[in-house]
Amino acid sequence: MFDDLRDLYQEVIFDHNRNPRNFRVMEDADRKVEGFNPLCGDRLTLFLKMDGDKIIDASFQGSGCAISTASVSLMTEIVKGQTEAEAEALFKLFHEMTTGKEEQIDLEAIGKLAVLAGVREYPARVKCATLAWHTLDAALKNEETSISTE
Amino acid sequence: MTTFPVEKIREDFPILKEKIRNKPLVYLDNAATCQKPQAVIDSISHLYMHEYANVHRGVHTLSVKATDRYEGAREKVKNFINAKSTKEIIFVKGTTEAINLIAQTFGKANIKQGDEILITAMEHHSNIVPWQMLCEETGAVLKVAPINLQGELIYDQFESLISDKTKLVSVVHMSNALGSINPVKKIIAAAKLKNIPVLLDGAQAIPHMSVDVQALDCDFYAFSGHKLYAPSGIGVLYGKQALLEAMPPYQGGGDMIRKVTFEDTEYNGLPYKFEAGTPSIADVVGLGAAIDYLTEIGMDNIAAYEAELLDYATEKASKIEGLRIIGEAKDKGAILSFVLDKIHPHDIGTMLDSLGIAIRAGHHCAMPVMDFFEVPATARASFAMYNTKQEIDVLMNGIEQLIEVFG
Repeated sequence: MFDDLRDLYQEVIFDHNRNPRNFRVMEDADRKVEGFNPLCGDRLTLFLKMDGDKIIDASFQGSGCAISTASVSLMTEIVKGQTEAEAEALFKLFHEMTTGKEEQIDLEAIGKLAVLAGVREYPARVKCATLAWHTLDAALKNEETSISTE
Repeated sequence: MTTFPVEKIREDFPILKEKIRNKPLVYLDNAATCQKPQAVIDSISHLYMHEYANVHRGVHTLSVKATDRYEGAREKVKNFINAKSTKEIIFVKGTTEAINLIAQTFGKANIKQGDEILITAMEHHSNIVPWQMLCEETGAVLKVAPINLQGELIYDQFESLISDKTKLVSVVHMSNALGSINPVKKIIAAAKLKNIPVLLDGAQAIPHMSVDVQALDCDFYAFSGHKLYAPSGIGVLYGKQALLEAMPPYQGGGDMIRKVTFEDTEYNGLPYKFEAGTPSIADVVGLGAAIDYLTEIGMDNIAAYEAELLDYATEKASKIEGLRIIGEAKDKGAILSFVLDKIHPHDIGTMLDSLGIAIRAGHHCAMPVMDFFEVPATARASFAMYNTKQEIDVLMNGIEQLIEVFG
């Protein structure tokens, strides 16, 4: 019945929505940033534990749609162990993939995150997927304690 | 079943024949904005093709024709809401501008430090923010009457918030997020006992019921054209003549003046005092055409048919496991706001869109209402006179399917 949506709602997204990874408060977090999408009311708090410029742990709390929950869940899995520079590079790739500026996505570099490429076809949903990454960007730059997509 | 001619009405709305993602359009986002009948579309083309010029300023034939059309529409609005005089009908951009106009003119002239403005907890942002801005400027205080879990105003508490300091009561006639219809007659009667003017935000109410401003005895009534099957960018502020006359003007410019020198300006009379600049002429004409169209169908017939639609949708929705209706007021207009267990409204919106169904997913510009019900957002199906029970079946079937997919 929802055949048209198969690219947007892949099984991996349903899985992360049902069982989000790293969904917990981190008491000893070094960085804690809130992300907010006023358009739909999605809210998340991202926690990072750093060792120098390396992310050694990432977790989140909050409520959002399946796309935004899956996006932040996948992100916390992937950035764990990355340096700030690696995570920022991935954010850039992810941004290009979801906003459709890049014709050819480097599938190897983007890895599991490719399941979110489908949002490109749904302009109203791009921010659902990118909220997590904008929040991470703010956390890494250590500039602000809350960000908004608007 | 009434004999409401819904199939005939659907023929009048060309957009209802559109296919969305290869499916017939099921348009259930009418509380956001309504679609337009051919009569409204034609009235605008006709004006531009045959009768268009600026109003109130030319002696030439076209200007006279355009002015006749424009002022003719004002007469239609006056009759539609049963105002006493066309002087009481001010054309504005929409409900939001109407409320801002009251805040900036009546508000600034009459509301001082320590005074109170009384609203309800179910207001839309446009009946909250203009008052907050006024309070910030003047030092007045915004009071908010609470609602209960059904989404109804707690009337006793509302009444107890009316005090000698209250200088204006501004309440929504029908809530856009919940569908609740406020007991406006009681509200107005209570305010009258202390001579407090009452502004009704009629943006949602006006397309769903007959509104008689004299019977209501409200002091101001605001509504938008685009929710009344008319173009967007046009709305109406009704105000009692004596109040409007005592108010300072809103914006300065052409049309709102009688005489201008560099030393002094004499303002025009009502309603022009509040209509500076060239107005949205074609949209006003479109509003007049929409009113003609609705008058022919009859607002009471529309209200009865929509009540049937809402009952049908509510009954169907109540049978879906995991669906919670937000807003269960006893007196309610044709709006069905709901949430589903573990499925975010945004996902519901995208899923239903893929079936050709347009609903609203979000906070409906009523964030305090969302906070009260402890939901980030709701999905909202809002019905109009051109919707059918069969469309409600399509919606409910879609909801059941998406629950299964998310499972």
